[in-house]
Amino acid sequence: MNIGFYPGCSMQGSSPEYNESVQAICSALGISLIEVSDWNCCGATAAHNLNRELSLALPARILAHAAADGLEEVLVPCAACYNRLKMVQHEIGADRKLQDSISEILDEPYQGNARILSILDFLERDVEPLLAEKIMKPLKQKIACYYGCLLVRPQNILDAKRHEDPQSMDHIMQLLGAEAIDWAFKTECCGAGLSVSKTGVVAELSGRILDDAAHRGAKAIIVACPMCHSNLDMRRKAIEQHRNKDFDLPVMYITQAIGLALGIDPVKLGLKRHFVPVNLEL
Amino acid sequence: MARIGVFVCHCGENISATVECDKVAQAAAGFPGVVHSIDYKYMCSDPGQNMIREAIREKNLTGVVVASCSPRMHEPTFRQACSEAGLNPFLCEMANLREHCSWVHEKGEATTKKAIDLVRMMVEKVKRNQPLYPIRVPVTKTALVVGGGIAGIQAALDIANGGNKVIMVEREPSIGGHMSQLSETFPTLDCSQCILTPRMVEVAQHPNITLYTYAELIGLDGFIGNFKAKIRKKAKSVDEKICTGCALCTTKCPQKKIPSEFNEGLGKRTAIYVPFPQAVPNKPVIDKDHCTYYKTGKCKICEKVCPAQAIRFDQPDEIVEVAVGAVVIATGFTIHQTGFFPEYGYGRYPDVLTGLQFERLASASGPTLGEIRRPSDGKIPETIVFISCAGSRDPAKGIEYCSKICCMYIAKHAMLYQHKVHHGKSYVFYMDIRAGGKMYEEFVRRAITEDQVNYVRGRVSKIYERDGKLIVKGVDTLMGAEAVEIEADMVVLATAGIANPGAEELAQTLHVSYDGHHFFSEAHPKLRPVETNTAGIFLAGACQALKDIPESVAQASGAAGKVNILFSKSELTREPLIAVVNRSAPPEYSTCVGCFLCQPACPYQAIEKEEIKDRSGKVIKTVARVNPGLCQGCGTCVAFCRSKSIDIQGYTHEQVLAEVMAVLEND
Amino acid sequence: MENKIFEPKIVAFVCNWCTYAGADLTGTSRIKYAPNVKIVRFPCTGRIDFMLLLKAFGEGADGIIVSGCHPNDCHYTSGNFHARRRWISFRSLLDFLGIDTGRITFSWVSAAEGAKWAALVNDTVSRIKELGPYTDYEKVARYYEEEVNHE
Repeated sequence: MNIGFYPGCSMQGSSPEYNESVQAICSALGISLIEVSDWNCCGATAAHNLNRELSLALPARILAHAAADGLEEVLVPCAACYNRLKMVQHEIGADRKLQDSISEILDEPYQGNARILSILDFLERDVEPLLAEKIMKPLKQKIACYYGCLLVRPQNILDAKRHEDPQSMDHIMQLLGAEAIDWAFKTECCGAGLSVSKTGVVAELSGRILDDAAHRGAKAIIVACPMCHSNLDMRRKAIEQHRNKDFDLPVMYITQAIGLALGIDPVKLGLKRHFVPVNLEL
Repeated sequence: MARIGVFVCHCGENISATVECDKVAQAAAGFPGVVHSIDYKYMCSDPGQNMIREAIREKNLTGVVVASCSPRMHEPTFRQACSEAGLNPFLCEMANLREHCSWVHEKGEATTKKAIDLVRMMVEKVKRNQPLYPIRVPVTKTALVVGGGIAGIQAALDIANGGNKVIMVEREPSIGGHMSQLSETFPTLDCSQCILTPRMVEVAQHPNITLYTYAELIGLDGFIGNFKAKIRKKAKSVDEKICTGCALCTTKCPQKKIPSEFNEGLGKRTAIYVPFPQAVPNKPVIDKDHCTYYKTGKCKICEKVCPAQAIRFDQPDEIVEVAVGAVVIATGFTIHQTGFFPEYGYGRYPDVLTGLQFERLASASGPTLGEIRRPSDGKIPETIVFISCAGSRDPAKGIEYCSKICCMYIAKHAMLYQHKVHHGKSYVFYMDIRAGGKMYEEFVRRAITEDQVNYVRGRVSKIYERDGKLIVKGVDTLMGAEAVEIEADMVVLATAGIANPGAEELAQTLHVSYDGHHFFSEAHPKLRPVETNTAGIFLAGACQALKDIPESVAQASGAAGKVNILFSKSELTREPLIAVVNRSAPPEYSTCVGCFLCQPACPYQAIEKEEIKDRSGKVIKTVARVNPGLCQGCGTCVAFCRSKSIDIQGYTHEQVLAEVMAVLEND
Repeated sequence: MENKIFEPKIVAFVCNWCTYAGADLTGTSRIKYAPNVKIVRFPCTGRIDFMLLLKAFGEGADGIIVSGCHPNDCHYTSGNFHARRRWISFRSLLDFLGIDTGRITFSWVSAAEGAKWAALVNDTVSRIKELGPYTDYEKVARYYEEEVNHE
């Protein structure tokens, strides 16, 4: 199976543990990922606020390189990168004129037909069927699956199932032996990029998420987005100060949770890199 | 030889101001076949008409052209005048000198010349006109009413009281429809059942009404005055003639946990059941999908306990065919269920209800006997939130139209809640309050001022459950778009009203048109609101568009009036401007080759296959035939016919070609 | 003749329910337009046999207007859709015959669009004036005689 792989900046910068855990479970399950050659920044939140052409051209270049590499599918684990690539594919795909002008900027014809896989698409399709036999340490805990916004919205473009109450992470966590709680904050905003400029907003919004998960008895929060992870994990101090309340609730990537269940060494999964220590008895 | 009379009208000065009418008359006198040509100030006046009548008699005219205003204005007038003088009315044509010439062009040579051309066109046309006679169609004075809700009931009673027969078909085991589910009605707070049930009984007892419940219309053929309807009477598994309606069977049935449709799933029913105590007819049916005997072959408890021995497990479905002259469609509507709304929990919170469910809670005959109690734990809600436009007026989330009834019933719900739970708090989230109607605005005001219902202008983005409370997150746009969070015990969604799931199929069965939302289309949105495009089929109630009770009743009475007009004569006459397939002597019989390209082109299913047989009964040729009862005269088939075998009376090939040739005739 | 201003002969094929009534409204609204157009009334645009248009060209028409109810507003529910479809395939026949399709205006004018009718006529008249008289009509007439009538 030839699955392309676009890491983006966060997998190498702020969230290496996400990358480590993706690689670890893929090698444990015998899935090989082929990195898109000479990839560049997806533009993320900054580009589309400043320059529309740039915000379209950056992801278009990534897609063009994936096509040149002969990749029919590209796994994009970072939710922000995934969202940008999908949006751009949608926007350019529907507009011939735009295709021409983007081709001109890229200095090569726009080829954007690769299927873009979110981490959840990938886990659901390629990993879930392999899990049952390989689980070594079932995660017998109550957990809360938190999806955030970028994996489900805009619903008509991403084609997310049950966008107000997504289920795919819940299913995987149940397969791993965990009990996924039913809660209402699965897709609420964590504060996202305001993390740096207005930490207070993040403290309030992410605080609500943590509070509800804790209130419902979850022992950990499972995420699939580097932004969500850093807000819930790195900003924990600010949240606790803001709410005047301590939360003993680690935040894990879904790939880390799968890795643990597969019996992979926590260090290899990057679990030691978190601000909120992950209780390894989990 | 043609003997045509031309009558040029001045229309006071309306025509003569820009057209030299005398010159037009002079020119027309020179056209081949014209034997009489005059101009006069007011052709439509009594002296004017007399000139036409006299000329017809004296000059023995074979055709008349009146050159005056638009035929859409006075064609009937002049045709009537011709007919009075013994000339077939369809031998009279009008040249439109006023709307299409004198009023739209400046005075001058070109304008008079155009007027002459227009007259020449009509002279050439009328020479080729044939006398036509109105089509007479017999009328079966029985109406079929499909649907037994308030609209169907009203239509049936009005038709029946007009002295005509009615056959009513209702899908459910009882008539009554949605109105029978309602608690009180706005704006008077009358008890719905109290005003409806007497009507239901009247339907059942009316000598002119035949009632088929638990039955469906499965086919309709024929045309206005002469329909044949096929009805499937589903097996009730109970012999209605013997059953006394004691309902003992329903108390003994072991299947007791089937969600009651009448109670919108808030109550339970048995497999042999009467939907509600006031049902008409008040006799049970067996729901085969849930009955233990039908599922496992064992049980038959109802049969054992029935004192009248009326249970018939082997009763088959019955197909009845009835002849009817008109059809009233009154199949009503349905609503989106709570599961339609992801942001309000995908239907998984038992205390998030639809408006109809709330009606059942508030109804004295409902599962809680009229007490407002939470379905989840039976507690009385201290705080209740109503959300209007759930799905309505929002193409992104549901439908773009306004469901029309919700603003009023929400005000009623909030009022009923406040009357029943005095210390309770109620909130209504709304976009706009649409309370157009007699005493409607006053009613909403009363809810706000007297019953202290809190109206919040804004939408609700999410509902979720926390510690047994429903957290309603919304916004108050009149308070600076401030976020509002209410901890509610119950939420009622005024979910969008939509067409019944079977509406599209029914429309196809009946050959009536329907809109993108599967509501049936009226023939004209303003002037023919109760007719469909298919002659003889009428609409009543919410199957055409969402309506409240008074509007449904009004439309039903309108439809019944139309039916009674249709039934007032034993024959109906129609204009003969319809298509015909030519026929000739053997061995040709017709130039029609039987390709039937015309058949799919016809919007009215008016093209039939006709077999021409020899004396021994052997089929020689199959040709098309136009059913004169169904044909509306559009002529689409004419343009489709490759062998020019269909023509349309009044607009024949010969006539229109003559017109075109006359326009282009070199001067 | 050659010094005379060219006044094109235009035949309009319209339906009774929308465009004929729309043209009536132009009259009641007293909106002026060029007198070059003469209207032939049909029950519906679906009735119009497009070979009749060819016949009109063969007889010396310089331009033609076909107009009926707007899509979805047909009095007979679908006649105008048939007309539209016919027009699409008829255009290629015109191309084949070498008749400029610009000589035909295909439009929708509702019973409420009196002003639109006037504008439509005026536009057509000025366009045909630019195209000049249609002189090849004998060719079309010959085609019509040979091909169509001997079918």
